[in-house]
Amino acid sequence: MPAPLLEVTNLAKSFGTFTAVKSVTFNVNPGEVVGLLGVNGAGKTTLLSMILGLITPDSGSIRVFGMDLAKQRLAILKRTNFCTTYASLPSNLKVKHNLRIFARLYGVKNPSRKVDELLELLEITRLADSITGRLSAGESTRVNLAKAILNDPDLLMLDEPTASLDPDIADKVRKLVRRVQHDRSPAILYTSHNMRDIEEVCDRVLFLHQGSILAQGTPAEIVDHFQEADLENVFIKVARSGEVVTP
Amino acid sequence: MNPSVILALLTRYVLLYTRNPVRLFELFFWPIVQLLMWGFVTGYLQQQGDGDFSKTISFLIGAIILWDALFRSQQGVAISFLEDVWTRNLLNVFAAPVRMTEYLAATFSVGFLRVIITSLVLALIAWTGYAFNLFQFQGWLIPYYANLMIFGWSLGILSTAMVLRWGHGAESLAWAIPFMVQPVAAVFYPVSSLPAWLQPIALALPPSHVFEGMRAAVAGKDALWSPMITAFSLNLVYLAAAGAVFALTMRSARRKGLLVKVTSS
Ligand SMILES: Nc1ncnc2c1ncn2[C@@H]1O[C@H](COP(=O)(O)OP(=O)(O)OP(=O)(O)O)[C@@H](O)[C@H]1O
Ligand SMILES: [Mg+2]
Repeated sequence: MPAPLLEVTNLAKSFGTFTAVKSVTFNVNPGEVVGLLGVNGAGKTTLLSMILGLITPDSGSIRVFGMDLAKQRLAILKRTNFCTTYASLPSNLKVKHNLRIFARLYGVKNPSRKVDELLELLEITRLADSITGRLSAGESTRVNLAKAILNDPDLLMLDEPTASLDPDIADKVRKLVRRVQHDRSPAILYTSHNMRDIEEVCDRVLFLHQGSILAQGTPAEIVDHFQEADLENVFIKVARSGEVVTP
Repeated sequence: MNPSVILALLTRYVLLYTRNPVRLFELFFWPIVQLLMWGFVTGYLQQQGDGDFSKTISFLIGAIILWDALFRSQQGVAISFLEDVWTRNLLNVFAAPVRMTEYLAATFSVGFLRVIITSLVLALIAWTGYAFNLFQFQGWLIPYYANLMIFGWSLGILSTAMVLRWGHGAESLAWAIPFMVQPVAAVFYPVSSLPAWLQPIALALPPSHVFEGMRAAVAGKDALWSPMITAFSLNLVYLAAAGAVFALTMRSARRKGLLVKVTSS
């Protein structure tokens, strides 16, 4: 076993009296794709935000690449990247300008060439001169993905990358994620409400419920564990019953 | 601090201005309107009275141009931050390997560029319209501008901290902050004309010393270094305090999850 790339230990976060994440512990290995599954408000985005250093945990620790996030945030962020529905690139600039600027923020050598390369990889070269704010949801997801792999991250976090995409584009995005994973093998933390995403893309799933990990394993193991037909049914079962089952 | 990070952030803000003519317009609109208005008002007063208003006009024009430096510099910082909030880009920037000092330095640079550009335009208008020569202050322009700009940065950082803390509701405050300072900063009248209890407050503000110096110079008195040094020392205190407030606000924003929230609201 290689040393884990991400080690989350007893992580907890409350907002006022509301507990969003309670004592979560898990590891992610290099090159592994881990899905975060859970109902709205389960704590997925909060968890990812803590790993990005955007939210300070109340307790517990996060180690990435063997470094403590609380102490070496910058060094970690250089090798990390993310894409989320909660943020977008500046809407008033051209796609290529936005991407080049972020390439420079991440210290990418030869930003223009890197951006051209990624636009080609994501099949959006034609959007290079478009104004970012005028893109369709599918287009802007791909641009955000391009931003997310600009620095060839070793840890990539994708928060609902297929939200609001039509099935065709969603399928393309999944293929893209798998391709990126295949070519560059970053570890990926992936959240989605689309069970197909999870089944197709993830090696392992963490089922988050009310801020705790309810179950983890391969998609098949999770389905087995809950004795349901598929992940979708597991999801609905958990959402409706709210039962706390320990694996 | 990594200069290439600062330059990358600065590129973004400069692109915003060059891409959008409305922004350039905004840069010049208010100072020009103010110059014209005060020019006409004093011109009218001169016709009505029989005194010599030429000094008054010079005081006013000098004050308008210098005040604009403080204001532009504050706006450079505050608007650059708001820009990231409006375009929901804050998360992207704060989750990138960008130091807070680099981020602030980029916004300072935006303030600096705004100040240089508007000042040159205003100087030209004042010279052609009112025969007011901004360069009569010669080398003193450097301590004047430096002090006003640094104070503008401090106010800009405070405005940013308020938006971070209170969200979009505080945006109008970000615009208003310089004007809260204006009445006590001896911009258009000397410190001595303020009520006695306000005078110590005025003297504790760096811009007061600059505007007093400017008026003394217009009145033909010898320019003095000591007020500039006082202003500069005060500025260091304000800048350090504003930086500390910002750092604390940032820390509390990370605790409360506001960085994620301010962008998504
Ligand atoms: N900054 C905040 N202040 C207060 N409460 C918050 C804050 N951020 C998140 N929460 C709350 O914490 C809970 C978890 O939110 P989070 O965004 O992590 O859920 P999620 O699993 O990503 O949900 P979704 O699938 O809807 O995106 C929610 O109930 C939310 O209201
Ligand atoms: Mg979420």
